[in-house]
Amino acid sequence: MKFIKNFFEKTEPLVQKGAKYHWLHSVHDGFFTFLYVPKKTSKSGTHIHDHIDLKRTMSIVVLALVPALLFGMYNTGFQHFKAIGEIATAGFFELFLYGLLKVLPIVIVSYGVGLGIEFVFAQFRGHEINEGFLVSGMLIPLVMPIETPLWMIAVATAFAVIIGKEVFGGTGMNIWNPALVARAFLFFAYPAQMSGIKVWVSLSETDKVVDGFTGATPLADAAAGHLNYSVADAFFGFIPGSIGETSTLAILLGAVLLIITGIGSWKIMVSTFAGGAIMGLILNAFAGSAGLSPEIATYFGMPFWHHLILGGFAFGAVFMATDPVSGAQTDTGKWIYGFSIGLMAILIRVINPAYPEGMMLAILLLNTFAPLIDHYIVQGHIKRRLKRTSVSRRTA
Amino acid sequence: MSETIKLRKGLNIKLKGGAKQELETLPFPGTVALKPTDFPGLTPKLMVKTDAVVQAGDALFYDKYHPEIFFTAPVGGKVVSVNRGERRKILEIVIETNEKSGSVEFKKADPNTLSQDEIKDLLLKSGMWPFIKKRPYGIIASPLETPKSIYISTFDTAPLAPDYSFILKGQLNTFQTGINALAKLTTGKVNLGVNANSAFAGIKNVVINTFEGPHPAGNVGIQIHNTSPINKGEVVWTINVQDVLFIGKLFETGKVDFSKTIALAGTEVENPKYYKTILGAPISTIIDRKLKNVDYKQRIISGNVLTGTRVKPQNYLGYYDSMITVIPEGDEYELFGWSLPGVDKFSASKTFFSSLLPKKEYEMNANLHGGERAFVMSGQYEKLVPMDILPVHLLKAIIVNDIDKMEQLGIYEVIGEDFALCEYACTSKIKVQEILKSGIDVMIKELG
Repeated sequence: MKFIKNFFEKTEPLVQKGAKYHWLHSVHDGFFTFLYVPKKTSKSGTHIHDHIDLKRTMSIVVLALVPALLFGMYNTGFQHFKAIGEIATAGFFELFLYGLLKVLPIVIVSYGVGLGIEFVFAQFRGHEINEGFLVSGMLIPLVMPIETPLWMIAVATAFAVIIGKEVFGGTGMNIWNPALVARAFLFFAYPAQMSGIKVWVSLSETDKVVDGFTGATPLADAAAGHLNYSVADAFFGFIPGSIGETSTLAILLGAVLLIITGIGSWKIMVSTFAGGAIMGLILNAFAGSAGLSPEIATYFGMPFWHHLILGGFAFGAVFMATDPVSGAQTDTGKWIYGFSIGLMAILIRVINPAYPEGMMLAILLLNTFAPLIDHYIVQGHIKRRLKRTSVSRRTA
Repeated sequence: MSETIKLRKGLNIKLKGGAKQELETLPFPGTVALKPTDFPGLTPKLMVKTDAVVQAGDALFYDKYHPEIFFTAPVGGKVVSVNRGERRKILEIVIETNEKSGSVEFKKADPNTLSQDEIKDLLLKSGMWPFIKKRPYGIIASPLETPKSIYISTFDTAPLAPDYSFILKGQLNTFQTGINALAKLTTGKVNLGVNANSAFAGIKNVVINTFEGPHPAGNVGIQIHNTSPINKGEVVWTINVQDVLFIGKLFETGKVDFSKTIALAGTEVENPKYYKTILGAPISTIIDRKLKNVDYKQRIISGNVLTGTRVKPQNYLGYYDSMITVIPEGDEYELFGWSLPGVDKFSASKTFFSSLLPKKEYEMNANLHGGERAFVMSGQYEKLVPMDILPVHLLKAIIVNDIDKMEQLGIYEVIGEDFALCEYACTSKIKVQEILKSGIDVMIKELG
C-alpha cells in the first residue's frame, strides 16, 4: 500500500502553482485526501483535534441513505413486474437486479456530473474539494421519478451544483438544499416529464400493462378522492413514487443512524413530523365543511397520520430538512423550522391542486426563511442579555 | 453566598499520561527567561541592559502604557541576552542564574493591616502585578481600575491538568495571606471556585462557589458567568492559584520566591509527575531525559493541549503555565483514516466506535484529522460551552467585524480558553481561538 502514498507524495510538487501539471491540482488533492487523512498538524489554537471531519460526517449520511437506496432499487423492479402482470413469477433477485440496472446509471450520472463540476470549481478557486456533494450526489437520484431521462439528471445536477451551491460560495454557504434545487429545476423546467402517470413506474415501449394499471402515485389518487393504498404497502414502501421516498421503514432506519451518531438533528425530524400530523388533524377537522367537493372532502378526511407515510414527506423530513447548512442553526429555530415545514408540506399537498406533493416546496420555502427565524431567535437572546445588564445595574 | 452549581454542557477529554502525585525537585536551572510575548497586547520597555546584574525581584521591563507595572526577574543573576524577533520585537530576556544572589527586600506586613494603595504599590514594584488578569479580554489588569470582584478557580479541568490541592499541600496558610491581600483590591468579594471535597473549601475572607461538571467547569470565565455575569463596563480580575501563593510569600517574608510546581504530562513522557522548578525555567531542564526515545516527532506544549503554546527545548516555560504536555506530533498520513471504525479514536461526536466501547483514557496527537472547511454542522459548539451564549454567532460577528453584534453576543465574557473545546470538536477545523483573539484585539483597540 505504501506505493500509493509514495506516488501521491512524489507527484505533489508537479501539481503546485507554476508547475507543469497545476491544472490537475484539485484532482490530485481530491484523490489524495480521499485515500489518506492529510498529515497536517495543528498550527494554532488547540493542539489536539477531534477525529471527526466532514468526510466522515458525509459518509454516515450516505450510509443512512443506503436502506432507502437498496429498497428503491427493489421497488423499481417490483413496480415494473407488478405493472406487466409478472409479479407472481419474478423472483427476489430478478426484481432487485432490474431495479439496480435502472437506478445505478442515475446515481453514476449524478455523482459524475456533480463531482466533475466540484473539481473544476475547486481548481479555479484554489481550495480543497469540499465534501458536500458526497451526500447531494446520493440524494438527487433518490428524489427523482425512475423514468427521468439521464440527460435531465445531468442538467439538473449541474444546475444544482453551480446555481444552487457554488455561486453562493460552495459547501457551507448555500441557502437552499442543493438536491431539492435539482428536483425543483426539473419540476418547473420539464413539468410533463416530472409528473403525471407515466414517470413513476419503469416501463419500456414494448411492455404490456395489465388491466387496471394506472401508474399514478397514492398521493395523485388521493387528490382525486380515491384512497386506494394499504397502510402496510405505504409504510414498507411497495407503492410507486420517487426512487428513495417510498419506504418509510427504510427511511426510519436511516433516521435512527443519523440520530444515534448525532449527525442529523432529531429536533428537526420530530418537529417536522409533528407539524405534518397537526396539519393533517386540522384538515380532518374541516373535512365536513360545506363547499368542498366530494373528492377533496375525502382527501381532507384521510387519517392524518397517513400523510407521514405517503409521498416524499418522511424522506424530506429525515434527509432534506436536516441539512445543517440550509436549515435553521439555532436550537429553538430548529423546532420552529421543522414544524413549519410539516405544516406547509401537508397544506400544499391537499389544498393546492397544482402540486400533488408539497414537501419539496415547503422545504425550499423554509430554507429561505431559516435565516430569518434564526435572526429573531438571536435577537431574543440579545434582548435577554441586555435585560440582565439593567437588572444587575439596579441591584448593584 | 455558597452554592453548588451543576454544569451539564462541556466534555472531559481523558488522555493517557496523567501526572502521578509525586514531587521531584529539579536542579537549579542555568538560565531563566521572561518572555514579553506571554502577555497579549503588551509593549515592553526595557529597564536593564545586557550584562546587568540583577536580584530576584529587580525590574527587567515595564509596560509602555502602564509604566507602574514592573516585570521582575524570577531569579537573580546576570542578564545575558535580549533576544529579538521581527521588527526588533523583544522575544526573551535571558538571565544567567546565580543561585546565591537572593531577592530584593520588600516591605513585610500582614495585608490586613495595609491599605489598598499600599498593597497595590507593593505588588507593582515586586513584579507580582502581571499575575492579575482582567475580564473582559483576559489581559493584565489595570492598576487604575477597581474590579467589581476577583475570581479564582482552584481546580483545572483541562486534559491532564495539574491538581492544585496537591501542589499547594501544606501551603494553604500562605495562600490565605495572598487572598487577604487580594481582597483589599476590590470593593466586592474574592470568589473561590472549588470542586467537591476541595482542600480550598476552608479558606476565609472569600465566597466559596462549588462547581460540578465536565471541562470547562474549571475555567474561571465559566465560573464568573454562572454566578455573576460580566456586563458592559464591568471589570472582574482573575488570577491563578500558584500566583496567589507568590503574593502570599511576598507579604509573609518580604522577599520574592518564584519557585513553582508544574506537572509534566502526556503520552510521550516516560514517568509523568510533578516537578518543583522556577518561573521562567528552560524547557530543556524540565524535559531533559524524561521523554520517550522514539523515531517520530513529538510536540512539546507549555500549558495544556487546548490552550498551551508550542515550544522547543531551547525555549522557556510560559509565565502563566503550570504544566508541560508532550504528545506525538502525528504528522503522518493515515490510509482511509476518516472511514475506520476507530475504537481508539476519542471523539466529541458519537461517530466512532469509541463511543460504543469507551476506554478509560485515550492517546491523541497533534494531527488536524481533516481539512479546514466553512461552518457546516450546527449545534456542535453550543453543547460544549456551559454559558448562555451563542458561540457560532459571536464568531461570525467577529469575522465580519460587527462590533455592535460582538458586544451584544457576549465578547466581554469569553476568552480563548472558554471556546477551546469548540475548536477541538469542530468538524470543519475552524481556528476558533484565533478568530476570538482577533475579535478581542479589535474590541481593545476600538473601545479600550
